[in-house]
Amino acid sequence: MSGAASHWDAALAQGKILLQRPAGGGPAIFPPREFAPGTGEPLEWIETCGSGTVYSVTWVQRKPPEAAYNVVLVDLAEGARMMGRVEGVTPEALHIGMAVRARIADGPVIVFDPAPPASKEPTDG
Amino acid sequence: MGDRFPRGKVAVCGAATFGIGEAPGHSTIELASKAIRLALDDAGIALPQVDGLFIALPDDLFAGLSLAQYLGLHPRFTDNNRSGGASFMSHLITAVMMLDAGYLDCAVIAYGANQRSSGGKLSTPARPDRWDAPYNPLYPLSFYALAAARHMHQFGTTREQLAEVAVSARLWANTNPEAFAKGPLSVEDVLGSRMISTPISARDCCLVTDGAAALVLTRADRARDCRLPPVPILGAAAATWYNSTTQAQDITITAAAESGPRAMAMAGITPHQVDVVQLYDAFTINTILFLEDLGFCPKGEGGAFVSDGRIAPGGALPVNTNGGGLSCCHPGMYGMFAMVEAVRQMRGTAANQIPGAQIALAHGNGGTLSAQASVVFGAADTA
Repeated sequence: MSGAASHWDAALAQGKILLQRPAGGGPAIFPPREFAPGTGEPLEWIETCGSGTVYSVTWVQRKPPEAAYNVVLVDLAEGARMMGRVEGVTPEALHIGMAVRARIADGPVIVFDPAPPASKEPTDG
Repeated sequence: MGDRFPRGKVAVCGAATFGIGEAPGHSTIELASKAIRLALDDAGIALPQVDGLFIALPDDLFAGLSLAQYLGLHPRFTDNNRSGGASFMSHLITAVMMLDAGYLDCAVIAYGANQRSSGGKLSTPARPDRWDAPYNPLYPLSFYALAAARHMHQFGTTREQLAEVAVSARLWANTNPEAFAKGPLSVEDVLGSRMISTPISARDCCLVTDGAAALVLTRADRARDCRLPPVPILGAAAATWYNSTTQAQDITITAAAESGPRAMAMAGITPHQVDVVQLYDAFTINTILFLEDLGFCPKGEGGAFVSDGRIAPGGALPVNTNGGGLSCCHPGMYGMFAMVEAVRQMRGTAANQIPGAQIALAHGNGGTLSAQASVVFGAADTA
């Protein structure tokens, strides 16, 4: 039987972003483990809903004309944190606390898009 | 049980640096060996008396083996723990325990790097892990940038306050003959320097230099026969919480919040009793994070704490009195140089000597805020 990371890779290739959580419930865990970090208890696989919040952000500068790119830490709704990038945003628009949504881009690699905050109606069509 | 430490039973009896700044034409082990030679001479101890070797080199995963061969010794114990810039504090902990137990009689801890002469870039075999790598964070810089950005968001820390750290380090360096980067540096200079990974700009970053350092440790009773007054080791603790900073529960709190209090408890002191602090300032945010985590100010107040010259020459808390990694030297794993400066302060021989200093705290950082280790040194009569 393969390790947890291989299982995760296979799921991503099939279009699913998996996390783990303790078998009895609790905050989600990422990256994949063989058992729960800190307790050693068994884990179960869950699929993320994809909603997340930007926990921190940095823009890596490059020599012009190459544009700067962002690197973010995202807290997923289920409780796990992962590194990522938010696509289609300017440095002015991307901020800590911003709502984002995970998507699987070519690679496959997980990227994030800006998402309307869950508590507010979208401001335009 | 746990955290039982032989307070003051082991002392540093030799300390040296070599090739700080630029030392062209040297391999890493040649630099380390020259520092070892100087540290042994400083202690008045002959090479054959060394029976424990502790070393990390940037380019040699088997550095302990290579060093035994290079020195022509058959050591009783060899350790090349690699916890980044905190490696040497961890080496010291192992050495202290082994010396106190009588397993070893004389331990050498050493480091050497030629990264300035050999390429001019930080020399490290470390890389982002497979989960972080697809997003191309600069390693290690972007990880510190993410911590700085969150600290600024959460506590209102400003880029000007980060810049104060670099300015204070430069002021110390300006009066240290050994320091590599000298000359005027203002807050405006730091703010105007090239942005690399927001909010960290070029002058928020440590230097890239060559350099080597070595310490010689022996039991305190034996150290009294050495050439200079011994510097007793009063407490030391290492704490590791993760490797990738992505996995930090709270990126604004480092494992220094564990290693510092544990080391100070072993020494029987509180932060108020620390006369001089040497910490691994790979980036300006480090100094702020570690001063908070080590207990010199509350969490979130580090930015205000480092302002108005508090950690600069003449300030209330002398921090990185050699100029630190920001302005003295940064040959990669800087922890070794923080310890040497702490030892010099305890001996009364530092270039920027703090009069009457009795307690020095040296703090190492490894990985990307990942591994933290703190050592409390005392003046000769504190043991």
